[in-house]
Amino acid sequence: MKQIDAKDMDFETLNRKLRESGEDCAVTGCCGQRFIAAGMSKIHITIDGIPGNALGAYLNGASITVRANTQDAVGDTMNAGEIIVYGSIGDAAGYAMRGGRIFVRDSAGYRAGIHMKAYHEKVPLMVIGGSAGSFLGEYQAGGVIVVLGLGEKGRRIIGNFPCTGMHGGKMFLRGDCQGIHFPREVTAKPVEASARAELEGYVREYCALFDRDAEAVLDSPFTLVTPASRNPYQQMYVAN
Amino acid sequence: MKMEGQVRIPSGCAIAAVISRKGRNISGEVITGAMRPMHDRSNGLGGGFAGYGIYPAYKDFYALHMFFDERATRKNCETFLKERFEIVKSEIIPTRKIPEITDEPIIWRYFVAPLQSVLAAAQLDEKEFVARTVMRINTEMPGAYVFSSGKNMGTFKAVGFPEDVGAFYRLEEYEGYSWTGHGRYPTNTPGWWGGAHPFTLLDFSIVHNGEISSYDANRRFIEMFGYRCTLQTDTEVITYIMDYLIRVQGLTRREAASVIAAPFWSTIERETDPEKRQKYMYLRTLFSGLLITGPFSIVFGFSGGLMALNDRLKLRSMVVGEKDDKVYISSEEAAIRAMEPQAENIWAPAGGEPVIVQVEEGAYECL
Repeated sequence: MKQIDAKDMDFETLNRKLRESGEDCAVTGCCGQRFIAAGMSKIHITIDGIPGNALGAYLNGASITVRANTQDAVGDTMNAGEIIVYGSIGDAAGYAMRGGRIFVRDSAGYRAGIHMKAYHEKVPLMVIGGSAGSFLGEYQAGGVIVVLGLGEKGRRIIGNFPCTGMHGGKMFLRGDCQGIHFPREVTAKPVEASARAELEGYVREYCALFDRDAEAVLDSPFTLVTPASRNPYQQMYVAN
Repeated sequence: MKMEGQVRIPSGCAIAAVISRKGRNISGEVITGAMRPMHDRSNGLGGGFAGYGIYPAYKDFYALHMFFDERATRKNCETFLKERFEIVKSEIIPTRKIPEITDEPIIWRYFVAPLQSVLAAAQLDEKEFVARTVMRINTEMPGAYVFSSGKNMGTFKAVGFPEDVGAFYRLEEYEGYSWTGHGRYPTNTPGWWGGAHPFTLLDFSIVHNGEISSYDANRRFIEMFGYRCTLQTDTEVITYIMDYLIRVQGLTRREAASVIAAPFWSTIERETDPEKRQKYMYLRTLFSGLLITGPFSIVFGFSGGLMALNDRLKLRSMVVGEKDDKVYISSEEAAIRAMEPQAENIWAPAGGEPVIVQVEEGAYECL
């Protein structure tokens, strides 16, 4: 394991050191350096301090563990790999991701999972332990988003305008989603037995990572949101 | 040179702010340090800061910070000022020669009080008189530009990266109870000294990340009330809107926030508190020309406090943190950590949700 002290280091130097390391790296003193591990396919990286925007953009198989909050556009367009955040995640997390997994212990900002997609065996996953901001899963085209709302104590676990423009993939939300207004192009209904095993897998993995009681988390109604039809926007502008 | 349109410039900009709720002094070095981890959000075409509580010895006087293109302009302007104000002190704003900051104009400051006889003749209150004088200099006096005009506060701005601008103005020599900072990445308008943030009028200041889609609608509306947008950039209109809504119209800051970042009609319809719904409808209807569309995160500075606000879609980032008596606001958490590594309760306010922090009553009286 290689140690990298990122204090006062610019993002280009830091990323060069990561690329040249050839082994797992532990970054300390991180403060706002952008594009960390962008496009990387190997090694595991742990980060202490606050990584800058676009952490793990285009990530292609490497794994990243952050022991703090992260900023905006984490996992932008990532293709494979894993990002685990022991804190909260900023806006536009998992923007257009098409593979790999993101686990967030606490909350997500606005537009989590915007334009997430999937292709054959590539099915991205994002699990958010706390709440998510407005426009969750905006234009979602594939993949899976899970929001557990832990610690929200009865407050709404997602913000306004969820699933706007959603036309693929699915979203699991803990609770019965009373008071949440979904667009008419999606269907929100209680999770049925057929989807329960899949959901349990995600929840158990989250709980193992962050040391939570999986049974307690699962002891709750869950809502599954999916597009209402294969082409819900057929007549939005012109017939398509 | 390639013009915007031929070349793609990704919008950036960085904002940061700090305030002590106890009114305790904070060195200007703190806000300069906040800008360092956000270096790449700016492109060297503008940086600036506003400090509140920095001129306690002259707190009863308006501090006019001015740029002049040449000595003759300054002399002319001083003649104009002397006919209207008592000038208790006039001096060059101390700067440090550094290679990163070049082509500086003549930078001067005046501590002034309006002449009572002139006020009486004009039948204007003091603030209105000062505001009109600022507008007059900025529109009618080529080469002269007032870039700060409040009491016990001051703006410092330049073309350059913000951390260099802080060094240039020797901000470490100032102390205040609150500071805002800005790094600029101009997208549609020129990078020049007057176009750097903050934009101020009287004690109000704005730092802004984003761009205003509704700029011309806002400008046309606000220019009906004597304001003139002269600085070739969109942000200045926000400063005038806040001055108009709060000082002239008497709205609260929260109401002003509901005008410029009004909730969507669909959100208003779903509002369960009828009084609130009524109020949102009233403000959106009455001040429809002052709705600011497009992405923004701003910090609005005023005597005794700060207000942070995002556009209602939250198309720009902003986080808030606390430690003891201090509250920190920034585009990125990294900047908060640069100011206070142990900052707590980090959170991101929702779009259109104003965060108002004020120096506690009593503490502010002693400043």
